[in-house]
Amino acid sequence: MKTLMGYLAGLLFGLGLAIGGMTDPTRVLNFLDIFGDWDPTLMFVLGGAVVTTFIGYRLVLRRSQPLFAQAFQLPTRRDLDARLIGGAALFGVGWGLSGYCPGPAFASFAGLTAPLIAMLLAMIGGWWLAKRFSGSH
Amino acid sequence: MDIGASLSGLLGGILIGLSAVWLMGSLGRISGVSGILSGLLLERPRGDSAWRLAFLLGLVSGPMVLILLGGELGNVADAPDEVIGAPAGGVGLMVIAGLLVGVGTGIGSGCTSGHGVCGLARLSPRSLVATLTFLGVAMATVFIMRHLLGG
Repeated sequence: MKTLMGYLAGLLFGLGLAIGGMTDPTRVLNFLDIFGDWDPTLMFVLGGAVVTTFIGYRLVLRRSQPLFAQAFQLPTRRDLDARLIGGAALFGVGWGLSGYCPGPAFASFAGLTAPLIAMLLAMIGGWWLAKRFSGSH
Repeated sequence: MDIGASLSGLLGGILIGLSAVWLMGSLGRISGVSGILSGLLLERPRGDSAWRLAFLLGLVSGPMVLILLGGELGNVADAPDEVIGAPAGGVGLMVIAGLLVGVGTGIGSGCTSGHGVCGLARLSPRSLVATLTFLGVAMATVFIMRHLLGG
């Protein structure tokens, strides 16, 4: 049952990314290009996702536990540190160079090309490096 | 402004939100793609890997469903029947970008989904700072690449 729930969540996520236009790196880069021919599409994607999640989380987290697991696993840290900000900045450079963040990069698997394979393998390598040299993830 | 693309964007965003709510309601987990997949690929935690693999398969099959339906629901700029857009550069650029995305989301504990969607929805100050940082840096990167270097 946990596996089925995970699949359905991934399916909805993949459908949302593709319908929203996030599986098109050009659209993503045109959104990030605020001094060029700006494409607002991603603002609607992010806005729709955040508002839906904000409302839905409030309904779901009223329950004492999830339907198919023992407990909700929510991050508890609230402090800001150099790792958070430095990591986000490095990610921003990579996102701005490629137009791929992790979700859309994997979701684009059906349109596999050599550059996409390079992106996915390098990303996994990056995760390995981060884990190897900084302990926890 | 392309109204159709914007409406599709909104619908896509709502689906992503529903996915996040679904995963929290059923398994109690944050829908952070970098965390779910790096955990699956690098740690393979016992009893906690099957749903991650299933999530990955679902993530890949979502766009495949749209392709099988003929592609009209895709949202690639200037290509009405396409679902997946072409990469924005060659293998060399993607290796650099991929490493940066991997290392950055690894040490920064999240990406656009974990910080940008789930974290903002939880009003997490860490996620707000992370999201503003990666959005700002990505915009600056595109500005440098397109307008200063003229690539």
